[in-house]
Amino acid sequence: MSARLTSDARAALGSAGFSRRSFLRGSGAMVVAFAAARSTGLESLVSAQGINGRSATALDAWIAITADSRVLAYTGKCELGQGLYTAQVQLVAEELDVPLSRVALTMCDTAATPDQGTTSGAQSHPANFNQANLALACATARQALVGLAAQRLNLPAANLATGDGAVFVKGEPSRRVAYGDLVGGRKFMLDLDATAKRKNAADWKVLGTPVPRLDLPAMVTAQLEYVHTVRVPGMLHGRVVRPPSVGATLAGVDEASVRGMPGLVRVVVRKNFVGVVAEKPFQAVQIAEKLKVSWTPGPAIPAQAEYYDHLRKDRASRDTFLLDSGDVDQSLRGARTVVSATYLHPFHMHGSVGSSCAVADVQPGKATLWSATQAVYPMRDTAAQLLGLQPADVRVLFTRGSGCYGINGADTVTYDAALLSQAVGRPVRVQLTRRDEMAWENFGNAFVIDQRAGLDAAGTIVAWDYEAWSPALGGRPGYDSPGNVVTGWLAGFAPAASTPRAPAPAPNTPLNNNLNTAPSYVTGCVGGVCRGTGTVRSERVLSHRTVSPFFTGPLRAPERFQNTFAHESFMDEIAAAAKADPVEFRLRHVRDERLRAVVRTAAGAAKWDARPSPRAGRPAAGVARGRGISCVLYEGDNGYVAIVAEVEVDQASGTITVTRLTGAQDCGPISNPDGVKNQFEGGALHGMSRALFEEVSWSDQRVTSVDWRGYHTFAVGVRTPAVEAVLVNQPSAPANGAGETAITVVAAAIGNAVFDATGARLREIPFTPARVKAALSSRGTA
Amino acid sequence: MSQMTLLVNGRSHTVDVDPATPLLFVLSDDLALKGPKFGCGLGQCGACTVIVRGQAIRSCITPVESVQRAEITTLDGLGTIESPHPLQQAFIDEQAAQCGFCLSGVILSAKALVDRTPAPTDDEIDRALSGVLCRCFAHTRMRKAIRRYAASRRA
Repeated sequence: MSARLTSDARAALGSAGFSRRSFLRGSGAMVVAFAAARSTGLESLVSAQGINGRSATALDAWIAITADSRVLAYTGKCELGQGLYTAQVQLVAEELDVPLSRVALTMCDTAATPDQGTTSGAQSHPANFNQANLALACATARQALVGLAAQRLNLPAANLATGDGAVFVKGEPSRRVAYGDLVGGRKFMLDLDATAKRKNAADWKVLGTPVPRLDLPAMVTAQLEYVHTVRVPGMLHGRVVRPPSVGATLAGVDEASVRGMPGLVRVVVRKNFVGVVAEKPFQAVQIAEKLKVSWTPGPAIPAQAEYYDHLRKDRASRDTFLLDSGDVDQSLRGARTVVSATYLHPFHMHGSVGSSCAVADVQPGKATLWSATQAVYPMRDTAAQLLGLQPADVRVLFTRGSGCYGINGADTVTYDAALLSQAVGRPVRVQLTRRDEMAWENFGNAFVIDQRAGLDAAGTIVAWDYEAWSPALGGRPGYDSPGNVVTGWLAGFAPAASTPRAPAPAPNTPLNNNLNTAPSYVTGCVGGVCRGTGTVRSERVLSHRTVSPFFTGPLRAPERFQNTFAHESFMDEIAAAAKADPVEFRLRHVRDERLRAVVRTAAGAAKWDARPSPRAGRPAAGVARGRGISCVLYEGDNGYVAIVAEVEVDQASGTITVTRLTGAQDCGPISNPDGVKNQFEGGALHGMSRALFEEVSWSDQRVTSVDWRGYHTFAVGVRTPAVEAVLVNQPSAPANGAGETAITVVAAAIGNAVFDATGARLREIPFTPARVKAALSSRGTA
Repeated sequence: MSQMTLLVNGRSHTVDVDPATPLLFVLSDDLALKGPKFGCGLGQCGACTVIVRGQAIRSCITPVESVQRAEITTLDGLGTIESPHPLQQAFIDEQAAQCGFCLSGVILSAKALVDRTPAPTDDEIDRALSGVLCRCFAHTRMRKAIRRYAASRRA
């Protein structure tokens, strides 16, 4: 097979015995015919999540059976390092009763897989492991195979069972027909059947077990293909030259400055986009460094030191009431005690360990893109816009990248490679510099969050008021906005527009707490429909969205990390004002049983010391120890989590050492317990890094955190806390996401533990030693 | 451009490159090795790590001319899928990776350490991995895998 395929695709196609393209082409007419003939309601079933793209209703788009009874499966949800390749192979093996080794899964190739939009938002497990999409395709295929065998054997389907790639007669396992003999190499020509029966979780043998990552042996022996290792014949090497500062526009390029340099193929300019193409990668580096480019500075941006004040004062905002019971000011006036606090969160970056890379081969009327984008189909459409092609002319092959959890430079560098390849008519590989990765990625949003809460005489919360300001610019390009990332913008496309709106209209749709903007403790009532998890009826949630000076986008637990830090730290402040134990106080104000269960389970596993915070008898100097808790129902409906953090605070230096993170997580049925644990551990430590160290910095319109000396995290050589996860399995509940739950609650759990240890409240991320010391010295005066 | 001979994973290669080219570019572009990867180009993250003369070094900031005729080992050269090196096997046993991009830094820094210090203390592991980043934060499992490998060497 061609070296242009991903290794996963090669594994799937190499042994398939037929061309996937012709296979799909042949079934295309059938898809249309079935769609016209039968209205199954599948459209709503598969498109409930906008994030999940257009999907596919034809079984043949998802599953094929080879003549030798292997199963070829096709998914639009990709492996980003989270273990989804293995989990999806488990799903297929389980539902179709074949060994893992007889499943070949192709991920995210616009020429082969269903359009499942973007692999993001903790939506892969919900999308493909419930009664829809891949899981439903497997169930439909199994049902069809049993039906075919019933005809072949002239027996009722009820008398048949499946196992080891065959249908057999119950009680007579030697009377069997292999899948390959029933349909091998041919199409099913069926629609997904919304009523096809999946296996009961109680009967699972493969799914739900800790199958080791199938890709790990290739990964640790350096045999796994990443987009960074893709090499195609005739490939050249590109390098981009980004503007020096935010908003700068191109004034001129002096091509004579690099004329005659070894390996130079071309200097490429398109509006404000500048790049060079050379024969070898180091030549491209040298040429890009030498190229004289002049820029006109963009409009001034606020200084970092004044940025939070600026955010609050920016009047060009789009204002939204998520909740407003209309009586919050009155409730607060009548409260015995009012607690108020402001929480601050900086811009964060994905900071992938590998700077982003892509390979593009753009020929007249045709383009092939090897990309680590999390959104192959949207990328196909927006790259077509950028290149002046039709989407059908563009093929995007997802090829693994460096761990991302959002939108690092993968999308923008794909555009870079595409533009450069189009200019020279040959395949071009581009890898960003560390600086270009870090200065121009789509950062996670900064936030200013004001909260007020009222307590009655019994120490019960009677009102909760939330008002937040956060900036945004661009984001995922989606299907039509290449200007949402820097390269598209440089090439002349505008970011998706933001429309100011003030005052905010009254809320008129039932609560959708997708961004965890509403705290867990309010009832979340709109028009009599109450979708919150808590008990506080007097509630107001008002958000102001302003325009960001930097590109922003979804970063692991996007906005939910920021909001949950504020809510869960503030809940701790209220509990302290009520002199209540933080766990007991939470349980008193949460009515959702599954959220209550993870709080109790995490507290139990951590051997929670029930008492109010801060700890009585804590030392005023030296090392102080404490514990804190935090919880959330992620995205309002996508997984429950609670974490207890234990910390030591060196009060002389202001250094926080997290000694233990103990959590409980309920994400519905567990598809792979070790995979979920790996995500929990990684998410917990990622959250710790963001809470303690991470902050984008800038000066004079230039991002200054452009390498690992300017953007802080912690190395593998830094001793990490023990991380323990209790996984709560819910076999009969819907499958939820599991990759972004743990990270969401970590910052507040750590901040609450610091308060317990010292009585000092941390309200600004990251919790640097300087901020810890400032909080320590203002103890008792707040 | 000039001709240079490199001894990589037990095989000799002659390449014709600018002597100032970083070793990483030669390994990944001229020799098509998949192990060492470009992470930062500044020697700050470890993704490009290779072992030269027993030391884990950063190939992204090492001019190729400085390692001519030296024994160079990349992650590709340790073991195979069918027969992984015991350290690679320890990473499989502990399921110690997520995206895997950082593994050259983690595994080769650990190998160089254990090769010269068969029973490393936790402090020695800290120091050997002090410049290696994993942004999926598989730290806990990676450190377990390294300790498992070191223990197996002592057994």
